[in-house]
Amino acid sequence: MSGTVAQRTRRPRTPTWLREVLRRPAGLAGAIIIAALLVVAAISIFWTPQNPFDVDPFHQWEGPSLRHPFGTTGSGQDIFSYLFAGARTTVAVAFLSSVVAAVVGVALGALGSLTARWFRESVAVLIDILIAFPTLLIAIMLAAVFGSSLWTLVIAVGIGFGVNIARVSRGEIRRVARSDYVLAAQASGSGPWRILFDHLLPNIAPVFIVQLSLSAAVAVLSEAGLSFLGYGVSSSTPSWGRMLSILQNYVTIYPATVVWPGLAITVTVLGFNLFGDALREATDPRLRRSRRASEREVRDVA
Amino acid sequence: MSLDVNDLVIEIDGRRVVDGIGFSVASGARFGIIGESGSGKSLTTLAILGLLPEGATATGSIRLDGDELLGCSDRELARTRGARIGTVFQDPLTALNPLRTIGRQLVEPLELHGRLRRTQRRDAAVRLAELVHLPDPERIVDRYPHQLSGGQRQRVAVGIAVACRPGLLLADEPTTALDVTIQSEILALFRSLVDESDAALVFVTHDLAVLSEISTDVLVLAHGREVESGPVARILNAPAHPVTAGLVAAARATSWQPSEGSAA
Repeated sequence: MSGTVAQRTRRPRTPTWLREVLRRPAGLAGAIIIAALLVVAAISIFWTPQNPFDVDPFHQWEGPSLRHPFGTTGSGQDIFSYLFAGARTTVAVAFLSSVVAAVVGVALGALGSLTARWFRESVAVLIDILIAFPTLLIAIMLAAVFGSSLWTLVIAVGIGFGVNIARVSRGEIRRVARSDYVLAAQASGSGPWRILFDHLLPNIAPVFIVQLSLSAAVAVLSEAGLSFLGYGVSSSTPSWGRMLSILQNYVTIYPATVVWPGLAITVTVLGFNLFGDALREATDPRLRRSRRASEREVRDVA
Repeated sequence: MSLDVNDLVIEIDGRRVVDGIGFSVASGARFGIIGESGSGKSLTTLAILGLLPEGATATGSIRLDGDELLGCSDRELARTRGARIGTVFQDPLTALNPLRTIGRQLVEPLELHGRLRRTQRRDAAVRLAELVHLPDPERIVDRYPHQLSGGQRQRVAVGIAVACRPGLLLADEPTTALDVTIQSEILALFRSLVDESDAALVFVTHDLAVLSEISTDVLVLAHGREVESGPVARILNAPAHPVTAGLVAAARATSWQPSEGSAA
């Protein structure tokens, strides 16, 4: 008996959640899109097909060709290279603002549900006030004060979605905190931090993850939108949103060019949403296995 | 280990819901608290654990082996819970975290109280599963709660409660959500565990039939006050108080036996 036990404990831990995500067609599609984005972003740090900022007055508004797969802009920039380089901005914005949103969301959600009554009610009011501010407005205000940069954008979008996540997670934490297994865990001697990280957060994760993948997707859109409005990342940083805003001025004359940044944004947003949806299912063991497999297991145990 | 509760008063927003009750449970004794819904019996167990809901306060004295529990800091209470007091709650369907395996939940008290190294986790879980007579312990520790039946889950809850070999076992209506055959299995499990470990058992229920199977002495509560206490046999045969008489009548009604004339 001890032999099999030792074998089992020494078995390398494979991340089941990732396997489960990849098992699902939607999850696989989302994972491929995100992986492709990551690879392109990583490569773009060292190499792009052409210099995305090179201006070429002899090749303006060209259609797709071997040299310029997505064509060129009005100043002769290679759209493919520009989008290639812009991927790293998108990745940075999506991940950094999701991290900020997650931290803000969990912290405010926990403070708004697990503390003394007067404190958590105040936090709830604060959350509601912050939600009343549109994210874009926060970003514009921050950009006006601190200048527009990647970090102001990340913080603005992170706080904007953080408070949305906080509102959802506050209610969810309160619901789970009242459950019997939390009481049972307290009766076993779990302290408040353990309760939070072992029982509350894993059990609100399904809701939380969907919100987070949504926020990653909307962060990509916000970056595009803010850059479009001129409050995004600085002009020396390539950005899909700025490309979109430049090209859309000529959408009636050269509609083929504006398709590419729009497509890049759409596909990326879709990838995050698909991945998030599959992740939500994969993190819940009750949804994890196929029906037949779980029926067989119940039979085995019984 | 012994439990002494004296003059326990629990107030919720200034309203007295438990009014000056007291009882003692010696090591190895099986003590019952019985009463209708809202009589304060569950609040009494929560007060012993220091886990009263927000807005409720307890005064009086709750001594575990002479140590006063009321007024202890949360940190001190957390060290006591699970280690010196094991608890089983009513509904086995909701008392387990749906996202953690049976094994991890069984050994959780051991880990919390620093009595387990990571490498021993599985062995300890399997041993606890064996202790509470779960079928196929080697495999069941890798299962999730939703894959177990209600009776099996309650066995898991009992295993968690006794993991640290606590001196006091609190059971808050642990059989109410189970059907009758499973009930008697769980009761037998409680009896054998108490006999083996010499722990004190406090068993809360509203069902006198269950109580007569498990405990030797009983405290009858109504509206937060003690109405009667003494050996189960005496209370069952000669209830002195109308509330007790009502409970006895209810128990008789549910365990009604068909007379010789009717079909078996």
